[in-house]
Formats: sequence, structure tokens, C-alpha cells
Amino acid sequence: MYTGIPRWVAAIAAVGALFVLLPLAAMLGRVNWPQFIPLITSESSLTALGLSLRTAAASTVLCVLFGVPLALVLARGDFPGQRLLRSFVLLPLVLPPVVGGIALLYAFGRQGLLGQSLGIAGLQIAFTTTAVILAQTFVALPFLVVSLEGALRSAGSRYESVAATLGARPTTVLRRVTLPLVLPGLASGAVLSFARSLGEFGATLTFAGSLPGVTRTLPLEIYLQRETDADAAVALSLLLVVVAVVVVGLSYRGPAPAGSGGRSARTGTPGRVPA
Amino acid sequence: MTFTLDAALAARRFDVSLSLAPGETVAVLGPNGAGKSTLLSVISGLLRPDTGRAEVNGRVLFELGPGVHTWTAPHRRGTALLAQDPLLFPHLSALENVAFGPRSAGMPKREARESARHWLAEVDAADLADRRPGELSGGQAQRVAAARALAVDPEVLLLDEPLSALDIHAAPLLRRLLKRVLAGRRAIIVTHDVLDAYMLADRVIVMEEGRITEDGPTREVLRRPRSRFAAGLAGLNLVSGTVTSAGIRTAGGLEFAGQHDAPLVAGQAGVAAFPPSAVSVFLGEAHGSPRNSFRVTVTDLEPHGDQIRVRAGELSADVTPAASADLGLAPGLDVYFVVKAAAVSIYPS
Repeated sequence: MYTGIPRWVAAIAAVGALFVLLPLAAMLGRVNWPQFIPLITSESSLTALGLSLRTAAASTVLCVLFGVPLALVLARGDFPGQRLLRSFVLLPLVLPPVVGGIALLYAFGRQGLLGQSLGIAGLQIAFTTTAVILAQTFVALPFLVVSLEGALRSAGSRYESVAATLGARPTTVLRRVTLPLVLPGLASGAVLSFARSLGEFGATLTFAGSLPGVTRTLPLEIYLQRETDADAAVALSLLLVVVAVVVVGLSYRGPAPAGSGGRSARTGTPGRVPA
Repeated sequence: MTFTLDAALAARRFDVSLSLAPGETVAVLGPNGAGKSTLLSVISGLLRPDTGRAEVNGRVLFELGPGVHTWTAPHRRGTALLAQDPLLFPHLSALENVAFGPRSAGMPKREARESARHWLAEVDAADLADRRPGELSGGQAQRVAAARALAVDPEVLLLDEPLSALDIHAAPLLRRLLKRVLAGRRAIIVTHDVLDAYMLADRVIVMEEGRITEDGPTREVLRRPRSRFAAGLAGLNLVSGTVTSAGIRTAGGLEFAGQHDAPLVAGQAGVAAFPPSAVSVFLGEAHGSPRNSFRVTVTDLEPHGDQIRVRAGELSADVTPAASADLGLAPGLDVYFVVKAAAVSIYPS
């Protein structure tokens, strides 16, 4: 099949791929293999891994809960300030996570905007596991919104129009037409959010601290171990890479090739006998 | 028990007033961009006009104007839409697609499926029930889409060029099928094809530049077109002008003599219509009657059945390929078009 990719483009792509793979390979070379299993099954490691998986799962749920409505409003809505809203929702993508952590602290911290009222109600957020989840949600939400908004835009709203003329209420249209149609986009967005949550460091450290078993997630554990036990840090890093690769590899299929999924019967296989 | 519509939408230069009796099927014809699809979008509630009012069986679909603002959401209108693209929900089987409307109306799953089976059978697609839209041919998918639209028993069925995406084998079958299911049903069908109008509609509307320029029984509009667009569809030459004692005089000073069944009043606006097959082509000034002979310049030649259609501006003539070769016809050549008065119908416009 003709791809139309010039050789020099392929060469640069190869360099780019190497740039990503080389550091990982270098790290792999430094793993203390005989001690690998004991290092990653130490109590502190397992605690950090468990906390990371639980908080990343929770923040992924929050991302879906808030990201789906946001993506719908951004993709289908038409209201003043829409572009501004999109910019703000996407801001954490480009913001240094530490800044996000500081901002969260001023919102939910003990002296923060909402934190004071929450404190009166007996709710303490900063430096708890909840803070970890909020920090991860803050940085991961844009991934879900971006990927789902793209899926919604490329799906178009023609199916929704037809569904409405067939008598389906907007909620029915959303449940039975829109969401099933963009399910692949939603799934890949959720996976990206999960992966981003899993790797979150700066905002977590700033807003949640590093309490073992409470807020010390795997990336924080790795950073701390690096000071004292480089072998442990490398082993845990490899563990995080493997978890991330497995999660992304299993569920992230990337953008579907054009024309797949039988979006319209009219674009069916050419040459099929018409009836 | 009628459907009435009055709507204006300035951004699309759309201004239409229309009514349909129960069980009446209207074909909407017109050039691209005439506002045909806008008409369907306004009726189905996908597009909001600036001002106007629409009502079906005493229920207001919308009423917009100074001080009044009534708007019925698309899903409460009872106006199912069948588009050129079948737009079957790709994640649902054919059966579930057809059951979608009844289920949205609150029908229990089993009943909705039964109803869907009935409608699939109605469009000869019962055996396709379990297929996914991706496994259907264009014609099959459009039949399922028709069943889906019919299953909601719409007060007005809207069809937007339902046959134009189908190939020449699938279209006649669906056309026959639509003829059967549209009988006694109130429907508006936007089409490019005069055959659809003949076969499916009781009445024809011609839209041009966002307005209705002709409205009448299909036979009447096609037999006696008043708009150039309808004349083109009917395959007739159409010349408009002023009625004189002898026939029609065009703005350019040409005189057309012809037949008329109703008495004509000199000075009123009228048209002369005649088929291209009644036009003869000569290289020199015509012999005999000086009337209905015009000096024209050939602009185009194109095949037309087993004839050659000779176009000269807005007029055309059909000649045999042999005659065309004998005359040495080519674009740019000056010739004479001659029409027998017996072949020209003249009527007021």
C-alpha cells in the first residue's frame, strides 16, 4: 500500500522514537535484577503502588463524571465564553503541576477559599488521600475533555438530529446515541486520564504532601528512594513504566482509521451487491 | 386536521408559506440552495426561523414573532426525518434501529421490537433484522431507515432526497416501496427527480431562492410549468412574455404563435411552452410561415437518448445525429430554430 511518507520523514520519526526509548533502555540497564523482586515487594513499595492505583482509579471516575459534561458542552454547545471556558479547562495541560498544587491549596487548604467553610463542617482536605485524588483529577481532567471533545466533533451531530426527530428526549439521545457513538473516544480519554493520574507528582506533593500510606503515591516514593536507595528507585520506576504500558497498551487504541466502524451504511464495502 | 407553516429566516433568505391536507404528499423541487432542506429543518425543529408559525392538527409547533415565543422541541413534534444518508445508528442492529422511535416514546421493549418487526416486514426487510448497519448495502440501509421513520407514525413524514444516494438498481425498488407506504400519509419529499414527484406526490412545490414559485397538482405543474425550473424538469422549452393577439411577445421582441385552451387577454403576462422535439433546426431563413422562426447561436450539443440536444441559450431542440452531422452543428454556429404553432401551448403565468 502506498503511504506517501518521504524517507527523510521516516528517518526523523525514527530519531524521535529513539529519543523516547533510549532513556527507558538506559534505565533498564541499571536495574539490579537479583534484588528486583524484593525491592518492588517491600512494604513501602506495595503501599505506594496500592495507593497510586486506588487514587488514580478514583480520579479517573471523577474525570469521567465531570469531563463528559464538559466535553459535551464544549463540543455541542454554543454560548458566549465558550472559547474562554475551553482555555481554562485545558490550562492544567500547560501549567506546571506545582502551580496547580499551590492553587488547590489556596482553594481547599485549611486557610483556603472553600477550605475554611469545609473546615467548619469538619472536613479537612489538604494532606489527605482526598487531596491526592483532587490533585490528580485537576491535572488529568483536560486529557479526557480533549480526547472526548475531539471524538464528539468528528462524530458530528447528525445522528442526534435524527434521534430527536424520532421522538427521543435529549437525555435519551445522550444515553442511547451520543455516548455509544463516542465510546472509543471516551475510553481512550479515560485511559489517558488514568495514566496521567498515575504519574502525577508536583501537584500531589504540594497539595497533599508525602505521608506514607496516605498521600505518598508511587512517583513520590520513587523520588524519596532516589536519595537513599538508587536501586529501589530504578526498580520502582520500571514497575511504574510497566503498569503504564500495560494500561495504555491494553485499552488505548488510538484514533480509529478513517471510514472504520461502519458509521454510515452508504460508505459500505464497494462492490457489494445492492438490494 | 391540517398542517400549516409560515416561516421566514432572513439569514438564509427563506420565506415560505405552506399547508398540507391530511394524507397529502407534497414533492418539493428546486435548484440547489433553493431552501428545500431548510424547509425540512424548520419543520422538524432543527432550525429556528426568525418569525412564523406552524401547526399540525391544532398543535402549535412554533410561533415566533414580536411578543410571541412558542417553541416545541424536535422530539415532541412528530415529524420523522428520512435523509439522503440513512444515518442508521451504527451500534444498534436494524431491528433496534427501527425500535428506537417507539421505545423513545415509552413503549416497552418487547412491544417496540414487535412493532419494529412489523415495519421491517412492511419495507421487505424482515430478514435484515439482526444485521448491523455496517453489514447492509445502501439500498437495504435506506429501507431500514424508512421503516425506522415510519415506526414512529409521524404526523408529517419528512423525506430529504431519500433516493439520491442510491445506485440505479436500488432506487426503483425503494421508490416503489415509498409509493406504497406514503399512500394516505402526510409527507413532504424533497427531490431532484421529477419521477419522484410523478410517482410519490399528489402535489408539487417548486422552490427558488428561498421562496415557493410554483404550487399545484403534479400533473398540472409539469404539463404547464410557469417557472423555468419546472419547465426544465418537464423537459419543455419555456418562453415568458406578454400575451398578444397572436400569442406571446417576449421582452426581446420574439413572437410565438401557439395553441391555448382558455381565452387569453392581450397584455397579461403569459408563457409559451414547447418540447425540444417539436423544434426543427435550419441553417437558413425558414420557408413558409415566418412565425416561430428564430435566429439563435448554438451554445452546446449533448446526447439526449438517441437524439442530439442542441442548446441555444435557454432554448433547445432535439435533432437526429444524422441531421446534426448534415447541418455541421457546432457551438458558435448561427442557426434558425423553427417551431410549429400547433406544438406551442400558451397560457397565462
